[in-house]
Amino acid sequence: MSGHYLKKHPDKNGWYGEYGGAFLPPQLEQPFAEISEAYDRISLSADFQNELKYIRKHFQGRPTPIHYARNLSDSLAGARIYLKREDLNHTGAHKLNHCMAEALLARHMGKQRLIAETGAGQHGVALATAAAYFGLECEIHMGEVDIEKEHPNVVRMKLLGAKVVPVSFGGRTLKEAVDSAFQSYLKDPVTSIYAIGSVVGPHPFPKMVRDFQRIVGEEARAQFAEMTASDLPDHVAACVGGGSNAMGIFQGFIDEEEVTLHGVEPLGRGTKLGEHSATITYGSDGEIHGFRSLVLTNEDGQPAPVHSIASGLDYPGVGPEHAYLHKIGRVLYSAVSDQQTLDAFYKLSRLEGIIPALESAHAVAHAIRMAPEHPGESILINLSGRGDKDIDYVADNYGYNV
Amino acid sequence: MSRIAGRFAALKAEGRTALIPFITAGDPNPEVTVELMHSLVQAGADLIELGVPFSDPMADGPVIQRASERALKHHVGLHHVLEMVQTFRAVDPDTPVVLMGYLNPIEVMGYQAFAEQAAAAGVDGILVVDIPPEEGHGLLQTLQASTLDQIYLLAPTSTSERIKRICEVAGGFVYYVSVKGVTGASHLDLTAVENKLSQIRVHTDLPVGVGFGIKDAATAAAVGRIADAVVVGSALVSRVEALAERPHEIAAALSELLTDMRKAMDEA
Ligand SMILES: Cc1ncc(COP(=O)(O)O)c(C=O)c1O
Repeated sequence: MSGHYLKKHPDKNGWYGEYGGAFLPPQLEQPFAEISEAYDRISLSADFQNELKYIRKHFQGRPTPIHYARNLSDSLAGARIYLKREDLNHTGAHKLNHCMAEALLARHMGKQRLIAETGAGQHGVALATAAAYFGLECEIHMGEVDIEKEHPNVVRMKLLGAKVVPVSFGGRTLKEAVDSAFQSYLKDPVTSIYAIGSVVGPHPFPKMVRDFQRIVGEEARAQFAEMTASDLPDHVAACVGGGSNAMGIFQGFIDEEEVTLHGVEPLGRGTKLGEHSATITYGSDGEIHGFRSLVLTNEDGQPAPVHSIASGLDYPGVGPEHAYLHKIGRVLYSAVSDQQTLDAFYKLSRLEGIIPALESAHAVAHAIRMAPEHPGESILINLSGRGDKDIDYVADNYGYNV
Repeated sequence: MSRIAGRFAALKAEGRTALIPFITAGDPNPEVTVELMHSLVQAGADLIELGVPFSDPMADGPVIQRASERALKHHVGLHHVLEMVQTFRAVDPDTPVVLMGYLNPIEVMGYQAFAEQAAAAGVDGILVVDIPPEEGHGLLQTLQASTLDQIYLLAPTSTSERIKRICEVAGGFVYYVSVKGVTGASHLDLTAVENKLSQIRVHTDLPVGVGFGIKDAATAAAVGRIADAVVVGSALVSRVEALAERPHEIAAALSELLTDMRKAMDEA
């Protein structure tokens, strides 16, 4: 690949090769065109950039550090494992990186209300935080199943002043929360803006969220070079639900062929449709929620129910750019199971004193799996979030692993 | 002349506005759908719009979304919907049938296979909610080469450039979404609708139907005065929902509403 990947992708209509685009009903064409136009106009302005820079530093607490996971690495006797600590970003996950920027854009556009879906509640909490910061209203759609599982995040959203709308149809998880958020946005696209939670949805969202997450890769690259004797890690790994944290860290390295990029998907309980949420591994070409990508569907073309122990990865689609990066072979995608994820969750907690989000534990599990086969090499993981939200769920269902 | 064009021409000659009911195929169960279609025709439907159930209908409100969910409980897929149309067609060779749905099920079936099987089953038009002409990638061309009319939606926020583009590729009729938002929303502003219809008619000679927000005989009559067709969906589907546990009563309930609308429109 000849450099400048990011400048060349997507094309002006939001296509990454054959994936992406905007598959919108006419009621939504104009509102999305407005967001697209505003994004192009406002996001590169000095005002916007300076304000975002200030926020990143003084409100979010960036840069987040890189941690060399010495105990974990030693225990595996293979590759050295490094963690980009997005769990230390304010609100405890990478999601705030795009939420602050989406909310800033909303304010520049004169919008009063932010609408979004959430799975694990991390995007919801981050958006509610951004809304509070900017004095905007916030409405978060969340499946009833996730509301139960991610109770602490529901409490946080409410404390932050957001309205949490329970979604009671279908599988009552992330997919339905997106449907519900779209419907709410359709009712009032003039005063509201849909602040989508990952690099998914119709153009310009996959690009916009990617751009707002770029800070992770930029920081990580410089920090890694400063901390180690080598300029670049040999491997960079991240979990992939919609794919925002992965795109964030990949952007620092995408033009460097010698860095192997790994996207880690949730294999859940097994390989049968309905048991996992590994869209790139098992999906086929299709459309969902206004974009073309790989999708998990049944034989009638209905987006399928999916499962992952990590609510934030529980989605039958995936960002179109990941479908593209898979197709061209730039990123290697593989999947780890719920059980492997739990093992990694316990292991990182014990050995490093860091309780990871179950989402992020997927990336850790992959590193644990590959480290013994790559002695002398380095693996940089995007530790996308902290596990506080998951502790009750894990302890109640799986115990303390003593 | 296509069945849709023929039907509109005949109505025009009589000075009448088309009444188009929408129901979701397989709602509340697949056994009743064909029977409901026949009773809608008897109650005054000029054309039938049949929803293809989809699990993630982002342009629909809760009423039609729940209809999809009821149908999907019975695993009603695109193949079943085509079978239903075929069964209907064996008895009723005249009433045009339009399918309304989302892209992914069609893509999974295959565009060519879909176009052939739909035409063979007696489908006359297809409205794919989430495919603007720009993103056609094959479906548009496949459908254009078939006998199926491609129906498109236009919204209050559609620019005149947009209207022009859509009218270039549209067939059968053009479907104007009269209220902002999803199906089932309220607040119909007749003057605004009328203005938009004249704007659309600059670009096309096709009949223009109006839907979303038509709840009762009075709104149907009022819209019927300015549009070529009145589409009624959520008002019917909420009756189906209310009677989901007593499916044999649904036909009569839908007929009652439709008959009232037909009567009010013809008297207007
Ligand atoms: C900590 C964390 N990591 C990852 C994800 C998955 O999102 P994405 O794939 O967009 O990074 C989530 C989603 O909720 C999350 O909370």
